[in-house]
Amino acid sequence: MFDDSNIIAGLEIGTSKICVVVGEQNADGALNIIGLGQSRSRGVRKGEIINPEQVEEDLRAAIFEAEQMADVEIRSVYLGVSGGHIRGFNNRGVHPVVSADREISQDDVDDVVKNAKAINLPAENTVIHAVRQHFFVDGQDGVTQPVGMLGARLEVDMHVIHGHANRLQNIVRLVRATSLEVNDVVFNGIATALALLTNEQKELGALVIDIGGGTTEFVVYSDGVIRHSGVLAVGGDHISNDLAYGLKVPLTRAEKLKLEYGTALPTATAKGQTISITNDLGLELKRINHEHLQKIMSLRLEELFQLIAQDLEQAGLTDYLRAGVFICGGSSRVPGIVQLAENVFQMNVAPGHASAVSGLTTALDQPEFAAAIGLVKFGSLKNRRRAERPFFKGFIGRLLQRS
Amino acid sequence: MQTPEQNSFLDTPSAPVVRIIGVGDAGIAMLGALATPEFAGAEFVAINAAKDTAALAASSATVKIHLENKLFRGLGSDGDPERGRALAEEQFSTLKSACEGANVIFILAGLGSGAGSGISPVLAKAAHEAGALVLAFVTLPFAWEGRRETQAQTAVEQLKSAADGVICLPCQKFSKLIDENSTVIETFRMIGEFLIEGVRGVWLLLTRPGLIQVHFGDLCALIRDRHAENAFAFVEASGPGRAREVAEKILNHPLLDEGRALAESDAVLVSLTAGKDLTMAEINRVMESVKRQCGHAQIIMGAAADAGMKDKLCVTVIAARQNASVTSVTPRAESHGATSTAAHHHREPAISRQRKRAPGAKAVQGQLPLTIISKGRFDKSEPTLHRGEDLDIPTFIRRGVAMN
Repeated sequence: MFDDSNIIAGLEIGTSKICVVVGEQNADGALNIIGLGQSRSRGVRKGEIINPEQVEEDLRAAIFEAEQMADVEIRSVYLGVSGGHIRGFNNRGVHPVVSADREISQDDVDDVVKNAKAINLPAENTVIHAVRQHFFVDGQDGVTQPVGMLGARLEVDMHVIHGHANRLQNIVRLVRATSLEVNDVVFNGIATALALLTNEQKELGALVIDIGGGTTEFVVYSDGVIRHSGVLAVGGDHISNDLAYGLKVPLTRAEKLKLEYGTALPTATAKGQTISITNDLGLELKRINHEHLQKIMSLRLEELFQLIAQDLEQAGLTDYLRAGVFICGGSSRVPGIVQLAENVFQMNVAPGHASAVSGLTTALDQPEFAAAIGLVKFGSLKNRRRAERPFFKGFIGRLLQRS
Repeated sequence: MQTPEQNSFLDTPSAPVVRIIGVGDAGIAMLGALATPEFAGAEFVAINAAKDTAALAASSATVKIHLENKLFRGLGSDGDPERGRALAEEQFSTLKSACEGANVIFILAGLGSGAGSGISPVLAKAAHEAGALVLAFVTLPFAWEGRRETQAQTAVEQLKSAADGVICLPCQKFSKLIDENSTVIETFRMIGEFLIEGVRGVWLLLTRPGLIQVHFGDLCALIRDRHAENAFAFVEASGPGRAREVAEKILNHPLLDEGRALAESDAVLVSLTAGKDLTMAEINRVMESVKRQCGHAQIIMGAAADAGMKDKLCVTVIAARQNASVTSVTPRAESHGATSTAAHHHREPAISRQRKRAPGAKAVQGQLPLTIISKGRFDKSEPTLHRGEDLDIPTFIRRGVAMN
């Protein structure tokens, strides 16, 4: 599958855009972004495919663009997935150590991980990722590598992300239909966090929010491991839709208004102001209240952050985010969104930059590309691990090879 | 908490004085059916309005009271509750004296016609004034009985405000139990039997010394202020598998709508009576099955041992349902003075479930919400539900922020 190729491609089929990022990994394992491609996405709603033919067409265009730019042929991709059906939760596996000398072996570790993965999922769901958090040996917390330790009872905490198997399979099949190989399927939230967060930030504790067109993914890291993840099927599309409904304009017009006049926090200057919509000839068609536009947008974004904040509150993670909150995704371009998020979360908020890789700055600075860059990073890590420790198992999610 | 009457009734070792009063033709007929050795301790009184009714003459009751007024020329209430009521109020002292000396009075009546609907509420009031606890067992007419039905509903409301408890048995419930060939006489006999079973159940409940006592107050609290339709059932079984059999019978009892009445009720009283050999496991078995069926209902249970029962196990179940559409409390003091007006306000609750479901009943047309909220682009996609909210609907609409 990997050949000797050091070209890694990440593909994210989003609700508003299809993004392809091509990276090159040198012999030391360092990653360099060499190309990107994007195209408008028409066959996706809320992160899930509704029209495969259109998606395929758009996908080919994006791949072609990326190949042109990087001057390579893309044969396989790391595929990012999202959608309201994806859920994450923590699970603990227990395994008694039975060997005579009470020394924990690799087999014990494999068994306890297997136990932690044996969870009651709905029949139609499949596990995308099962990430080890840490081990407990006889109740001793925070063990990262138990092999060789003595103990009677080995436990492991895992973060399991699962989703609807058929919906995940649909997207994989679609990509395969364009004669691309799918190396691995990765949850977009994890990919984004990989691109944005440094190891120090993961250690300190950070929340990454990726606000896309149709979905918003959020992931929490703390103590260096993933703690929490989730998807809300709410994104930029919802803002446009709210505007279209509230201002009584067509959706395409609402989209334009959002990009041109949208802010996340109502501004004082907009009070009492109106925006006139003109037709092609410059004649005025309609006047729109600027204040209302800002208010509608602000309410939607505020609610989105509040829902995430609520979720974290319930998970008891609010106090662990010492590195703060990082926002990316297309909708993070809305002016004032950092301020709004700070108001809601009451902590440091920063727009995310794909700091963990080097290469084309045009790609790294765009918040939309964070997930796709993260996918390339994911691939490079996988390659590196493979080279270093060929027997390494478990950390990376299981490949969906069911078709 | 308890009135002196209750104290004397519950605490005296001697049996309480129970008087069973049948009112009107139907009530007297039921009284006749009750004259079994089991009710040996009770005194029977028959009250009717018309002088020459065969029912009163044929009744085996020890006391027969005949309300008469010259103006009505011996026609009695003549099917008009107002006339019955006028008669009873005129002879209030007669009724009161008939009730003197009793601890508990059961009123049996078929509501709908003049005597039952008119006299019973006044009788209940008289009995109450005479210092007795009053429990009324009444049948409600069939849905197709027209004017009688509305009269009965009015009477139920009046009774409710005057008596400590009213247990209703809507005849309509039997419409699905009777087959094509049942004669009218058989049907009425069957209805009577069911009512008597209920009376018997309550009788056992109150008179047998309890292992787990159910007080009269518990019973009254259960049925007071509840929907007119208290479902009740009395089942018995004997032999080694009696607990299981009883539990099954309860769940299949026609008067409990095959157990559905239990699921819909919000208070249930279960009373078990058996011989001295009643085991804890049996109580447990019956209560478990009832509890499973009831869900969230408040359950009051009692158990009594009676040497005379031999290996029989009798269970009385009374299920009461609160009607959400009605203000639950009928203040007694207030409605004493203004029963008839109160009755009009509370007519609604008495519309039985059976009638609502009756075929051909006119469906109520609901109202559409004032504005239709469009989800625009997400109209046809799977809704994004988060804690019961559809996030596809614009936030400002869900939060009710005005845009104008």
